[in-house]
Amino acid sequence: MISFERVSKVYPDESVALDNVSFSIEPREFVSIVGPSGAGKTTLLKLFLAEEKPTEGAIFFDETNVHTLDKKAINNFRRKIGMVFQDFRLLPNKTVYENIAFTMEAAGRSDEEIEQDVPHVLNLVDLSNKIWNFPRELSGGEKQRVAIARALVNEPDVIIADEPTGNLDPVNTYDVVQILKKINDLGTIVILTTHNKGIIDSLGKRVIAMDKGRIVRDDKSGKYFIK
Amino acid sequence: MSGKEMYWTNLKRVMRTGFFNFWRNGTVSLASVLVMMVTLMTIGLIFFSGAILETSLAELRDKIDINVTFVPTASEENVLEIKHSLESLQEVLLVTYISREEALTAFKNRHANDQAILAALDELGENPLGAVLNIKARNPSQYASVAEFLESGSALSEKGISIIDRVNYFQNKTAIDKLAKIIDSADRLGFALTIILAVISMLIAFNTIRLTIYIAKDEISVMRLVGASTAYIQGPFVMVGIIYGVVAGLLALILFFPITYWLGGATESFFTGFNIFSYYLASFAEIALIIMSAGIIIGALSSILAIRKYLKV
Repeated sequence: MISFERVSKVYPDESVALDNVSFSIEPREFVSIVGPSGAGKTTLLKLFLAEEKPTEGAIFFDETNVHTLDKKAINNFRRKIGMVFQDFRLLPNKTVYENIAFTMEAAGRSDEEIEQDVPHVLNLVDLSNKIWNFPRELSGGEKQRVAIARALVNEPDVIIADEPTGNLDPVNTYDVVQILKKINDLGTIVILTTHNKGIIDSLGKRVIAMDKGRIVRDDKSGKYFIK
Repeated sequence: MSGKEMYWTNLKRVMRTGFFNFWRNGTVSLASVLVMMVTLMTIGLIFFSGAILETSLAELRDKIDINVTFVPTASEENVLEIKHSLESLQEVLLVTYISREEALTAFKNRHANDQAILAALDELGENPLGAVLNIKARNPSQYASVAEFLESGSALSEKGISIIDRVNYFQNKTAIDKLAKIIDSADRLGFALTIILAVISMLIAFNTIRLTIYIAKDEISVMRLVGASTAYIQGPFVMVGIIYGVVAGLLALILFFPITYWLGGATESFFTGFNIFSYYLASFAEIALIIMSAGIIIGALSSILAIRKYLKV
């Protein structure tokens, strides 16, 4: 479904962010990517989302090289991927409802679908009572649940969660991971990057460990090791 | 949804989002509207200074005329004959006859406060003033030929002695020309300054809008990442820019009422017959059209230019 083939990324200042990285992800997989800061996790995700171009190698999604897509096709491709970030990245001047509706509007969905799906997906992350609040009126955990709802609402093929629990307390961290697990159980690929050892150990899913731009380990049912 | 249906849905959504963003970013919107309002008022100033230039020059041209003063002994009949022949000239628009008595009355009125002059007049016993013909040409450039006509022998009395005492054209002309030049260049300078001011304030308005979009740059990148198209991200920002322009334009047009009303009296006494308030009322449609479209264009264009930088992701 997703495959990285001999991907390298060298920034103009000669720093090597990724060095000859190859791996693939099958449908319904839950993959955690771990590693210290600067290991190349974020670069990996940026390359996958076509935010940046690889220096060498290619990245395929469903047989398509994502870096050969034109602007319009990139927009369509991104709609198949739900993003969750450490810093939530909600739109501050939109209510919870509008934040989620925006993603559906961008995908060209009708008003009827939006009116139907937004409350549904908010129910899924247990935030039905905050539907008309602005992000500034929510706690960190609530914001992250809105972000997950937003990532989910277009029924994406892949959910990418980039350190989604980095700013959350243990209780909220647990909730977020449970929601991600539930999403994966329903058939969506989840790619999770994290520093949190506890999460990885409790998941018992595939772990890719990275260091200095290389993959140092790829375990089917991994534990969190820092070598 | 079909393509056309989608287009209208998107347009509706973009407009709705634009209104919401304008309203919810109250402080930023207020600041931008005020800056834009100053810009549009400067553009309005170009109109007013243009109109003042126009009227002051027209009035000066209107002030140019020729006064032919006749010797006191000239008979009314001869004077009227000259008036008649002047009127037959193509260049001449209007000839006004001021009789000796009328000239005296005017003179007395002018010097009503000067007892010495009035006493001297009484002492004289008779009217020392000659009749006057006031001539207006169709075009200021034609005065020279009219003056020449008078200089030539056509205005001689039967005895071969000229009954014309003096023609004031030549003294006045240089003074009026000079004054016209001064006013013209002063107005030109003012006009240039207003244009420079307008350009500067347009740049400031552009920068203000750029700043509001800079604040939203993270939002824009999030919109990109959820797969929103360029037009769909850009739309609400352009809409907000247009709202800035419309609101600022309306405010400027409303503010011009008290301002021109307040300046009206002053302009009327300075440029006789030109009241800036009546000018504003008379040309309101034209000024409103220009100011509103300038506001909309500046607002929309600034947004489009400013947002381009953040849409590259």
